[in-house]
Amino acid sequence: MKLLSDFTLARVGLQRAGNSLATREVLAFQLAHAQARDAVASTMDVRSFALECEQRGWLVEQLASAAGDQPTHLRRPDLGRRLATESRNRLLPRDSSLDLAIVVAGGLSALAVQRHAVRLLDELIPRIDDAGWTRSAVCVIERGRVAIGDEAGQLLHASLALVLIGERPGLSSPDSLGAYLTWNPAPMRTDAERNCISNIRPEGLSYREAAHRIFNLLAASRQRQLTGVALKEDFAVLPEK
Amino acid sequence: MSYQASAAGEHYRFGDLKSLLAKASPPRSGDQLAGIAAQTATQRVAAQMALAELPLRAFLDEPLIPYESDEVTRLIIDTHDAAAFAPIRHLTVGEFRDWLLGPLATGEALAALAPGVTPEMAAAVSKLMRVQDLILVTSRIRVVTRFRTTVGLPGRLSTRLQPNHPTDDLRGIMAATLDGLMLASGDAVIGINPASDNVAGVVALLQMLDHLRELYQMPVQCCVLAHLTTQLEALRRGAPVDLLFQSIAGTELANTSFGVNLALLDEAWHAGLELRRGTVGDNVMYFETGQGSALSANAHAQVDQQTCEARAYAVARRFRPMLVNTVVGFIGPEYLYDGKQIVRAGLEDHFCGKLLGLPMGCDVCYTNHAEADQDDMDVLLTLLGAAGVNYIMGVPGADDVMLGYQSTSFHDALYIRSLLGLRPAPEFEAWLARFQAELPSAVAQLEAGGLTGVGG
Repeated sequence: MKLLSDFTLARVGLQRAGNSLATREVLAFQLAHAQARDAVASTMDVRSFALECEQRGWLVEQLASAAGDQPTHLRRPDLGRRLATESRNRLLPRDSSLDLAIVVAGGLSALAVQRHAVRLLDELIPRIDDAGWTRSAVCVIERGRVAIGDEAGQLLHASLALVLIGERPGLSSPDSLGAYLTWNPAPMRTDAERNCISNIRPEGLSYREAAHRIFNLLAASRQRQLTGVALKEDFAVLPEK
Repeated sequence: MSYQASAAGEHYRFGDLKSLLAKASPPRSGDQLAGIAAQTATQRVAAQMALAELPLRAFLDEPLIPYESDEVTRLIIDTHDAAAFAPIRHLTVGEFRDWLLGPLATGEALAALAPGVTPEMAAAVSKLMRVQDLILVTSRIRVVTRFRTTVGLPGRLSTRLQPNHPTDDLRGIMAATLDGLMLASGDAVIGINPASDNVAGVVALLQMLDHLRELYQMPVQCCVLAHLTTQLEALRRGAPVDLLFQSIAGTELANTSFGVNLALLDEAWHAGLELRRGTVGDNVMYFETGQGSALSANAHAQVDQQTCEARAYAVARRFRPMLVNTVVGFIGPEYLYDGKQIVRAGLEDHFCGKLLGLPMGCDVCYTNHAEADQDDMDVLLTLLGAAGVNYIMGVPGADDVMLGYQSTSFHDALYIRSLLGLRPAPEFEAWLARFQAELPSAVAQLEAGGLTGVGG
């Protein structure tokens, strides 16, 4: 006979002491919380990330947000949504447009980006290239929030921005990666204007499945010229002309 | 119009009403982030002193966000009940606090007063109240709502069973649901936050829960907390929709960022009512809120986050909801920095919601990037229990494996019920007594695929 805990990662069927949790369960929880706290404090190894990308023949653009250090990043989301002046200037002089800007940001778990972003892109970039879309270099921003893709995407003249970002760590998932899609990226876009695919990691949504869903959403977005609540994931994608 | 007060030999001026409210707010990181918080501790108390002298009527005369540009302001002003307001119309904010703590503020009087209180009045008076004041006043207010269970009765504490799964796996969700039911959770609602906001997935989840409900003849209501437009599409496709859920905020612009407005909420409310699926009542809406959401959408109009939050309750009460809860610590340390700020905010939200006549629950919660832990949650849970909160969350082991935050566990609910002698909703309690013994056999069915249509 199976146990409830065979069906889910959730903490079901816990041992009790009276109505309360048994010591073993309390300590297991405390350990998981400690690991998540450590993940929040983690920082990104941007050099090794860039190296991995370059080994695959992808151009890399190393950018910085206006959040100068990790404590500032945690307390000031407004700074994490803006590019540092020098990074903005680097993207500025541009007259060609792109189909897709790819932004990788540490968000609230650098660990997630470090572990999963390149592997997800391994599945996704070939599909984008096969479709013949033009894409930006992989823009990597250590202390960035989701909306930093709006500014970067606009400066890159991209019609779509894809932001891969470390989601805030859960107890059972210190390394969950999220993907946010924004049509016509520009500052002041609202969250209702984005689509999100969450929990990308081997124990959650696999790289292959995530890439499949992201690609379908990107294709549907290009057809409908929008993202957000009006773009449902189960809309059929028509063949590209 | 400007406001002023002297404190400790210094004279302080506050340029307008929203600035006065922001400066009078107990400290929180979100108001600091917005650049509207008091600069010094003394300035904060001076603002509270000036606020205490302010006539309540000022909030009717000087809307914080212009009537012309914000539909939430229009809702607040247009639905204000002058007759209900009469008993307190001559009071200042400080006198209102004293009135609330005095003998005239019985449960009946407070219920009659609710339509006469605006969110801004509630927020203002809460800024002058200590934690014990918030608890004492709220404990006198009962707001009772009904669908298939009755929630909010004296001596009762309900729970939302929240069986989320990171990939919406049907058997994983069912396993967590059964675990919760065995621990007496789910009498407020069985509510799933889906990982993916798509119609087919929402329909499948609703059908699975409805099948379970009918199989065991459970008096519960179910909900899948996708975007409202997704739920409405599921409803049009014939899915068994009990409660309709939406996250809401206190400004029109913030609601726009959620992809909703009053017209859409009204459409959903009527669509839910027309289904007539409730058995003991017809409260069909479920709303979640939380301090900081307006600022997070850059839609706060320089109004402090606690006042923005109270304005969201004006949106909620328009639709006679079954359930409303603040998700107090979910937003993170940028808005509520630590356990102390989360605890106070949870009690303020519960107070303001109840004072405005809402069936308030609370998601007692925190994220891993906040300076908080389980001890802080135990404190807030215990205080909310004393204050008479309608419901809390029931999450397996307090660890939401989909949303990545910590809430209250099934065991936490058992703790607070046992400590304070509280019981589940009466319909659910009677059902539990009859059916709890059968639930373990459901686990065997789960394995065989009987509950989810997924076998092996």
